[in-house]
Amino acid sequence: MTTDWRPTASLESLRERARLLGEVRAFFAERDVLEVETPVLGHGGSTDVHLASLSLTATTPAGQERLWLQTSPEFHMKRLLAAGSGPIFQLARSFRDGEVGSRHNIEFTMLEWYRPGFSLEEMIGETTALIRAVLGRDPGPLRRRRYRELFREALGFDPFTVELDALRSIAGERGGLDMEDAPRDDCLDLLVSLVIEPGLGREGLDVVVDYPATQAALARRHRDPEDGAWVASRFEVYLAGVELANGYDELTDVDEQRARFAEDNAARVRLGLTEVDIDRWLLAALGHGMPSGSGVALGMDRLIQLALDRASVAEVMAFATSNC
Amino acid sequence: MANYSTNEFKGGLKVMLDGDPCSIVENELVKPGKGQAFSRVKLRNLITGRVWERTFKSGESLEGADVMDLEMEYLYSDGDMWHFMKTDGSFEQYAVEKKALGDTAKWLKEQVAYTVTLWNDNAISVTPPNFIELEVVETDPGLKGDTAQGGSKPATLSSGAVVRVPLFINQGEVLKIDTRSGEYVSRA
Repeated sequence: MTTDWRPTASLESLRERARLLGEVRAFFAERDVLEVETPVLGHGGSTDVHLASLSLTATTPAGQERLWLQTSPEFHMKRLLAAGSGPIFQLARSFRDGEVGSRHNIEFTMLEWYRPGFSLEEMIGETTALIRAVLGRDPGPLRRRRYRELFREALGFDPFTVELDALRSIAGERGGLDMEDAPRDDCLDLLVSLVIEPGLGREGLDVVVDYPATQAALARRHRDPEDGAWVASRFEVYLAGVELANGYDELTDVDEQRARFAEDNAARVRLGLTEVDIDRWLLAALGHGMPSGSGVALGMDRLIQLALDRASVAEVMAFATSNC
Repeated sequence: MANYSTNEFKGGLKVMLDGDPCSIVENELVKPGKGQAFSRVKLRNLITGRVWERTFKSGESLEGADVMDLEMEYLYSDGDMWHFMKTDGSFEQYAVEKKALGDTAKWLKEQVAYTVTLWNDNAISVTPPNFIELEVVETDPGLKGDTAQGGSKPATLSSGAVVRVPLFINQGEVLKIDTRSGEYVSRA
């Protein structure tokens, strides 16, 4: 008899999951952050070359239209911000094709929130407070780790100034694969995944800041006081080797945003990936004006997994992609 | 053979790596923040039995390996090769080299069915059944009445394996052995 029909999470885990989602809602209610619900489908999608969007064809009054399943609720939420919503949060189903593993599932729950007027520092404070509230235990002290420092400590070189050829051979050697033609950021990503990430968040919450400017995504950039190099104004929070949250000092400049969309799609063409329809309403909203501030996307399933001490996200989801 | 991309890698898939057939043990997606995805893959080399850990860029592919597991009965050894016969009624025979036989050599018994792994129609490994019944050919005399827990002693079995058995076991008795741990289970 097959047992594949059974939930991938125990019923006890599902009850705990419900309780922890309640904690999240209570956390934001106390801080006057409004819960919102936005569509999972949109006419535009994420152009990020490292995210594979799912799309479908829908029949609408406009005819047969291609709609994209969101990789995060970012675009719709930013349109709410531009409309004057004030601080908002959402527990949003998000979709990333091909991402399956102990920390990934194609369909997952993203906790995303935006704080107009918040600096990145204030956002780091609120994010770690939220994580502590959900974990229900003290994960240990908070440490700020600069991206460059992490490389210097673990690998002995500066990721911003290292020669590309040297970087490729180090990455290839560490990973046991051919990185001879790999772009700079892919080499850095591989080393983060293999060497740096597993050691993060082992003694407490590690907050990584000052990412390379090329990895800014939808974050602003600022200059590193060390030598004036451009860095991305974003952070990531790690606990127990798991990346939990990703925060940005949000880009509000419409021209810069349009240019990044175009760059991404050009890179997609170069790499033989599908071009993604650009969200023209997001651009229009930014053109109208979105208040400056910070936003965070947090992998809710991963946080629940850590809170309940389970081996995989599947164990805290009613049905993982493998049997949904 | 078909090619398999990293997102098709799952436990048990047989692929070629560095010229050897391998079985995928585990495939873990690693992806930093918003960066490039990689697959951390553990593969068992089916020739050497060793487990390799390799990293692949997401979307890379490996050639499938023409590997099959077939049930075959052990017939005899001529000293150089060990001969097995398919149990599907075809009477087709395969000769297995000592290297491919590996540790299974000590669990061989005529007319017992083994799993023989073929790669391009050549036998590359032999797996014994989880449990096998073998006769004790040599051990110290049994202690009468001692069926309680307590000590153990070595016993040589008809296949050549030496296992620890309870003190009450005698020469000539047939025992059930777990071939995975090499431990005595019970009298057969």
